[in-house]
Amino acid sequence: MSFDYTKYLRTEHLPHLWCPGCTHGIVMKSFLRVVDSLGLNQDETVVVSGIGCASRLPGYVDFCTLHTTHGRALPFATGIKLARPELTVVVVSGDGDALAIGGNHFIHACRRNIDLTLIIFNNSVYGMTGGQYSPTTDHGMFSSTTPYGNPDHAFDAGALAMAAGATFVARTTAYHVRQMDKLIGQAVQHSGFSVVEVLEACYTNFGRRNKQLFKSNMDMLMDLKKKAVPVEKARKLAPKEMEGKYETGLLYEVGRPGYIECCDDMIGRKQEG
Amino acid sequence: MAKTVKLLQGNEACAQGAVYAGCRFFAGYPITPSSEIAEILAASLPRVGGRFIQMEDELASIAAIIGASLAGKKSMTATSGPGFSLMQENIGFACITEIPVVIVNVMRGGPSTGMPTAPGQGDIMQAKWGTQGDHPAVTMAPDSVGEFFTETIRAFNAAEKLRTPVIVLTDEIVAHTREKVEIPEPGEIPVEDRIKPSVGPADYKPYDTKFGDVPPMANFGDGYRFHVTGLVHAEDGFPTNEPDIIESQERRIIRKVEEAVPWLSKNEEFMLGDAEVALVAVGSTARAAKMAAEEAREKGVRAGVFRPVTLWPFPHERLKELAGSVKRIIVAEMNLGQIVGEVERSVCGSVEVTCLNQVNGESISPRSLCSAMVGEVQP
Repeated sequence: MSFDYTKYLRTEHLPHLWCPGCTHGIVMKSFLRVVDSLGLNQDETVVVSGIGCASRLPGYVDFCTLHTTHGRALPFATGIKLARPELTVVVVSGDGDALAIGGNHFIHACRRNIDLTLIIFNNSVYGMTGGQYSPTTDHGMFSSTTPYGNPDHAFDAGALAMAAGATFVARTTAYHVRQMDKLIGQAVQHSGFSVVEVLEACYTNFGRRNKQLFKSNMDMLMDLKKKAVPVEKARKLAPKEMEGKYETGLLYEVGRPGYIECCDDMIGRKQEG
Repeated sequence: MAKTVKLLQGNEACAQGAVYAGCRFFAGYPITPSSEIAEILAASLPRVGGRFIQMEDELASIAAIIGASLAGKKSMTATSGPGFSLMQENIGFACITEIPVVIVNVMRGGPSTGMPTAPGQGDIMQAKWGTQGDHPAVTMAPDSVGEFFTETIRAFNAAEKLRTPVIVLTDEIVAHTREKVEIPEPGEIPVEDRIKPSVGPADYKPYDTKFGDVPPMANFGDGYRFHVTGLVHAEDGFPTNEPDIIESQERRIIRKVEEAVPWLSKNEEFMLGDAEVALVAVGSTARAAKMAAEEAREKGVRAGVFRPVTLWPFPHERLKELAGSVKRIIVAEMNLGQIVGEVERSVCGSVEVTCLNQVNGESISPRSLCSAMVGEVQP
């Protein structure tokens, strides 16, 4: 029996604004399957976003939803979680939103280890504004603002999250849907700050400017598949063998008391003492 | 019953006023000369079941307090000019999404880093026009330690009643002065809370004008599922491109504040009854002005002081009346002319308006204010 998404969708606000061939819908549906499998209460689930294509997701899903300013979804979510720790708070953010304009908030949310889940919709381009390169656009790639190729180098969001202190870090792709369900599910259940980076495909504003590599959206999806190496396998390979590829799966997980837990514990001890 | 009297610093009074008003969440970033507000609330909020967090910057601080308010906690941040500049975008977000928060700006001197430890009044217009687009602006401007306490309470009350961000704007002198303050008993000063929806979740619309210009507000987690966005939106909270809806929503968020003026507006009028010269000032400048007015009277000049306590919306109507009874108005401010423009707009040339400005990091002395009053009315 196929999954009924309508319970979780604001169908009156569909169709969505994502382009044909966009993979954001794949991630949205994965998230909705996770909500269902975990039995989350819709009234107690908050979805927060910033600005960009991915950040329009909250408008389509039937939870407490907050579409904020560019880059600031994590601090808004931090305020919500601190005000009502019993709520499940999930942040959806594009690569520009999470790692460029929101980069500072990203590393500090990792460090703070507050119990939020961040899903990074990484299509390596600013889609909403017409295809400018982002902090995750690979070196040499073409975009509307890198007409001669990208002189920058891309962030490795997973490595950045680990270095900044996140306690759950995972990476998957829009091709690997079953893995995506599993990792988003684990991330939401994880106590502490969890990050799931989903590598995605934007043909309209990125693929078509790189026709030497991609003739269609399907070429981009197959490219995601080709470059993904399961983390267990990747860690046995020599660095040279991993060139141009990336690890997928659960990259890192550790149990560490979260921000709110630490606060309450310290305040409690001080007041008793 | 004996009053509780304390010797408090301005920033301390602000922090205590916030707790009195029901503030239970503070997010901030250290900045002189406002940092004591954060330090005091870091200690006191946990004792009343509230939470404090030091964020990575002011962009995050304002975002966090809006989030916390949406989840039902009365929330505040405190900063000074540079941080206030960084907060502007999300002040606009709170305006258009109609989420109540309080932002304290302890003004220091100069643009940019300026004079971190010296007073200034250069953010008067930023408090009104700092964020882009047309938006409501509510600002309280205390001039004493005691008033920093009570105006912080009034700011929370106005924010909650109007569903809008409210700014408490004062200066380094008021923030760092220590004065005697009578602490009101709980309940002595009324504390307002946002109006909750009277309808069930199925019928709830976050911007339902059926209930007036200030729609009832549900909190996240209270069983109401709704959408909040900084895009222009219809009554149901979802983005719209419908010109009529956009126009009416935009006008409503301005109108709800304009219509609140009868209870929101507050001025201090000092010896204005028979005054021939009125000095207009806010914050610590007004304190010097009151002393100067007394001195001017000793010298035979009937001087008085007009001080907007609610700075925005500006008291245009009252100043217009005042223009009919005084011969001159002098506007004194620690900037190069911000309030004066509003005063000129109020009086429309019916009386001469001059200004006395100073931006050297020192307060304007009562002596120079007195000279201005005496010199201008005596031939």
